[in-house]
Amino acid sequence: MTEGGDAVRPGPGPWRPATVREVWRATPSTVGLRLEVPGRVPHRPGQHYVVRLTAEDGYTASRSYSVASAPDDALLELLVERLPDGEVSSYLAEAVEVGDELEVRGPIGGWFVWDGPGRAVGIGGGTGVVPLVAMLRWARGHPELVPPGRLQLLAAARTAESLPYGAELAAYGARLVLSREASAAGRPAGRVQAEDLVRLVAPDTTYYVCGSAAFAERVSGLLVGLGVEASAVRVERFGPSG
Amino acid sequence: MAQRGFLGRRRPPRDDLPPGQYDTGEDFPVLTAEVTPVIDPERWSMSVDGLVANPTTWSWAELHALPESTYAGPIHCVTTWSKFGTTFAGVSLDLLLDAAGPLPSATHVLATSTTGYTTNLPLDHLRGGQAWVAWTYDGKPLPRDHGGPARLLVPHLYFWKSAKWVTRLTLLDHDQPGFWEVNGYLNLGDPWREQRYTGD
Ligand SMILES: Cc1cc2nc3c(=O)[nH]c(=O)nc-3n(C[C@H](O)[C@H](O)[C@H](O)COP(=O)(O)OP(=O)(O)OC[C@H]3O[C@@H](n4cnc5c(N)ncnc54)[C@H](O)[C@@H]3O)c2cc1C
Repeated sequence: MTEGGDAVRPGPGPWRPATVREVWRATPSTVGLRLEVPGRVPHRPGQHYVVRLTAEDGYTASRSYSVASAPDDALLELLVERLPDGEVSSYLAEAVEVGDELEVRGPIGGWFVWDGPGRAVGIGGGTGVVPLVAMLRWARGHPELVPPGRLQLLAAARTAESLPYGAELAAYGARLVLSREASAAGRPAGRVQAEDLVRLVAPDTTYYVCGSAAFAERVSGLLVGLGVEASAVRVERFGPSG
Repeated sequence: MAQRGFLGRRRPPRDDLPPGQYDTGEDFPVLTAEVTPVIDPERWSMSVDGLVANPTTWSWAELHALPESTYAGPIHCVTTWSKFGTTFAGVSLDLLLDAAGPLPSATHVLATSTTGYTTNLPLDHLRGGQAWVAWTYDGKPLPRDHGGPARLLVPHLYFWKSAKWVTRLTLLDHDQPGFWEVNGYLNLGDPWREQRYTGD
């Protein structure tokens, strides 16, 4: 699988200042941030950035955040879920205001990326949809490069209200899988099942699975159970284990 | 540049935290780009081949018959977490390398996992009590998502070098980039020199 990525690409370069241009509450527990990052290198859909926070005395904390925006967006869009006691996420989701400056480094990652033209299926749980949204926006913006149907999506969350980018994903035709309620398309409440995935399985497809470690484990296991080659599945795990 | 009002949730400062790392405390994040494989130890084996006098393969039972050796200390992930007070047990790579007998021309090692994941290391970073094939973590069998049944353990380098589900070490007379080394991380990955990304 070493040949799966591209040739060595330029690194993420130095830490860069990022000015917050937009802040909005995307779902009850997530906040969207749009950042202006002068001089940044364009990312590929699926890549992430590291955000660094510095205290007055020089103490720093940094965490990784996937990019939701398409590469040709003038701003860099992140979506952060506020975790109880989260050192970085609670600051980003509660304290950051328009006009603030952060520091970022990226783009990072050469494996969990898709910008066509091969067939791809993206399966995201909760904030795990973020890198898939970058792929979706890229596909939508470049119909000449990405024929319809080339990117299929499944997005999972507890409820429609808690799913970031739910409306945008649904408009693109993503299958919504809600564990606590029926979806608008009529899928009954329940976790992702093999039958949700079987309709997405096709030859010559790369699968992008993103979410908590538990979600990634479950979905990748289901895919392999459906006969998908493990080497066709690329996984991004956001959280701690367990 | 400081962020207004950011205090951080600090743990007591410690000298053994490399630059840019934070102490993850009890958490042990899982970072893998692949599907976690299901591996039957009875069908798993560990090989040392390439530029060696005696290419050797050990079964699970044969490896466990060797003297066990323990690592206790920190591990450092390139995504900026470090975890202190970990304990891994397995077999020292010195034993496996000595049995296989590296040829004088061998300078580098390519580690390969059952999944096809690869990572490259200079041979001298694997000798002298610096590296293990580990099968327990905190006294229990290594969980599958952390590389069980057995992983490479090279705790003085960033943890992507500690290939999960390792099955083979190939000695080479040149350096050959592995999976992450092709996909954006640096070749050696020394946390004390913050060798994270291509270009650092
Ligand atoms: C490649 C990559 C991309 C990521 N992309 C995103 C993204 O787009 N949006 C996003 O919100 N996060 C994303 N994350 C997760 C993010 O990097 C942080 O781990 C997360 O924001 C928590 O950081 P914190 O400092 O707030 O929490 P910490 O202070 O590190 O942890 C606080 C508590 O929360 C728990 N915890 C930590 N992380 C998670 C998690 N992800 N889920 C549940 N519990 C957790 C810890 O066990 C701990 O108890 C990504 C992670 C990676 C590795």
